[in-house]
Order: sequence, then structure tokens, then C-alpha cells
Amino acid sequence: MGLSNPATENRADEVTTVSSISPNWVTTRLDFLTNWARANSLWPMPFGTACCAIEYMATAASRFDIARFGMERQSFSPRQADVLICAGRLPFKLAPVIRRIWDQMPQPKWSISMGACASSGGIFDNYSMVQGIDTIIPVDVYVPGCPPRPEGLMYGIMLLQKKIKGETIADDMLREEKLVGPSGLFLPAERVDELSEPFGNSVHQTRSA
Amino acid sequence: MTSPSIPGLRAEFGPAVERVLVSCGDTIVYVTRDRSHDVLAWLKDAPGHQFNYLTDVTAVEYRDSELPLEVVYQLRSLSRKADIRVKVALDKRAPLQVRSVVDLWRGADWLEREVYDLFGITFTGHPDLRRILMWETYAEGYPLRKDFPLRGHFSRAEQTRQALAANPEAHYSLEELSIAEAFDELPPDMRQRLARGERGYLK
Repeated sequence: MGLSNPATENRADEVTTVSSISPNWVTTRLDFLTNWARANSLWPMPFGTACCAIEYMATAASRFDIARFGMERQSFSPRQADVLICAGRLPFKLAPVIRRIWDQMPQPKWSISMGACASSGGIFDNYSMVQGIDTIIPVDVYVPGCPPRPEGLMYGIMLLQKKIKGETIADDMLREEKLVGPSGLFLPAERVDELSEPFGNSVHQTRSA
Repeated sequence: MTSPSIPGLRAEFGPAVERVLVSCGDTIVYVTRDRSHDVLAWLKDAPGHQFNYLTDVTAVEYRDSELPLEVVYQLRSLSRKADIRVKVALDKRAPLQVRSVVDLWRGADWLEREVYDLFGITFTGHPDLRRILMWETYAEGYPLRKDFPLRGHFSRAEQTRQALAANPEAHYSLEELSIAEAFDELPPDMRQRLARGERGYLK
């Protein structure tokens, strides 16, 4: 075809693999159709653990109404869900729970990290809290805020839709399951430590061992 | 004003009542560890006192490492509408042990488990003393102790690894509901699994 693959082109950090399917008229039209359908019928799996869940409920209720974005059905079963919305802080005790829910969700699946605590641990830089759910599951969209207003979450949802509309079946890596590896982590240990680095005033806290 | 129960307490237990003070209108009684169960049983049942409701069991550790750890019992008499606070000081150089009051108030069960979980105080005679907030295989120690660093002892990667290795069903299985009273009747292999921190499945 003589065209470069847009999905694998700008990935300097990954090994470039020659895709078995090259983008052509058929695949791009198919991409357009499937992505349009997927982006506009995202069924959310609400994983509400804290005050962000209240804002999430407000987003789902009549005034803001995420049904307008095709999220009519709140999927309280991971088996029928497309997007995991972690609304609130995630304690270590819930880490295996959200990991299992993520593993139970069928492809294609995406996740939104809603709020400061889910994205970075927020104010809870302590012994019991996961410092960002991206150390547990892969995250597509981070929504900042404490908690984010419904407009913020809706903007995050629209960003996710935009991301979905840019996906292509020519990307071999797209639907790869990122599982917990033999090390017991899904990211390298150094990466987890790096992502969990303290910030703000909490840098003065020291670890004893 | 001190609680009207104090003269009766002193008459009954004498030197076991170490100290009485009033703080913000609440009477606080310090009792010795050896007699704490007797004092609490007496306060619960003695006519004219009847502190029949255990509001809370908790513990305090002070910044001054010389000061003892205190176990706090907040009692209320529902019939007399009166409160009293009983404290037991535990020397940190000795094993942190105090007698359980689950036989007096069933509601003390989870409260004592919480104190055990976060402070490491052993309640002797408790039917089912194990962690309640942290998961059972939690290995970093007792988080509310002053010598516990805010972020825990392990690195974040190690904490994440241990958390992901935990079995979520272990905490919320149906076994959980009846395990305390049924423990002795369980088959030995299940008892061993429970001792290792695994909860297992109902067959």
C-alpha cells in the first residue's frame, strides 16, 4: 500500500511489528463503524468507593444525564461492562477486587480514573491506600478534581469517546490483556515505586525501612 | 462532678481503682489490668450502676514513649442515662494483654478486633481475635502505633504486590458469618487453612 500504519508509527518505546493487516479502505471504514458504535454505547461499570461516587451519581441522574452519551445502562456486572469508572480512593484491601473486576470485563474495555485519589492517591499518602489505580489496572482517562464536577467527568467521557474513535483494528497491541505477571505486579516494581512517589508537602515523611 | 458510681467502685475494689479524674464533665477511672474484667463486670451488673451498653472500646498511645498505652472502655447505662469511661494502662515493656469483655458485651467482639488490628493489643479470652480492617495476611505491623511510619514499612511495589496476592473472597465468604462459634467443629484441614490466613470456599 505504501502507507505507514498510524497506530504503530509513533511508538518509539515499543518494538515495531509489521501488522498483519495494513490499513486500507475496508479496515478504515470498518474501524469507523465499530468505533462509532462502541464510543456511543459505552456501558459503565461504576466502582464507587468514596465521594467521587456521589458526583458520579449526580452525573448519571437527570440534570446531567450520561445516558446522552450512550451510557444508559449502568452495568453492575463486569461481564456486560465496557468502561470501568473508578470513582474514589482505592485502599490496598480493594486492589485485588478491582483487579478481578477488570480481568472479568470482556474486551473491548476501557477505564476511567475519576478524581485525585484514584489517579494519584490524592491526600491519602499513607500505608493503606493505593497511590494511583494505574499501578493496579491500565487507565485510559484520568479525571482530575476532588471530587470532579459532573462536567469534569463528562469531559473525561468525551475524551474517552474521542480516543475510541481513533482506534484501529490494524493495531495488534490494542486488545492485548495486561495481566498481573509472575512478579505479582502488572507494572515493573520500579515503575510502581516511581508512580507512588510522594509529592507536595508529604515529601517530609520518611519511610523507616 | 465525678460519677456517683465512684464511691461504690472504691469500696468494692479498693486499690484496683488507681486514679479517678474528671475531664470535660466525663468521669475517667483508671483500673489495674488484673482487675479490669471484674471492674467492668461489676459496673455492668451491680444494682444501681447497670452500665449495660458498651459504647466503644478503643486504645490510645501517647507521643511520649514512656507513657503507657491505654485501653479505653466507654460505658453507658441506658436505663440511668449515665456515662463512665474506664481506662486500663498497659506498660509497653510488658506483653500488651488485657482480658476480653466479649463475655460481658457481645458488641465488644469487633471493637476488640479493631484494637487488636491497629494497636496489637491481645485480648485474652476473645473467641475470634484476628484482623478486621487490614487483611489477614497483612505483615507490616500495627498501623496506629506511634512507631509505625505513615506510609508503612514496605515499599509501594511490595505493598501493591502483597495486596494483589490477597484473596478477596477470603474476607467476605459465607464462612465468615459463622466461623467464630463453629471453629471447634471445623475439620482440621480447614482450621489449618484459617490459621494460615486463608478463608477458603464453602463446599
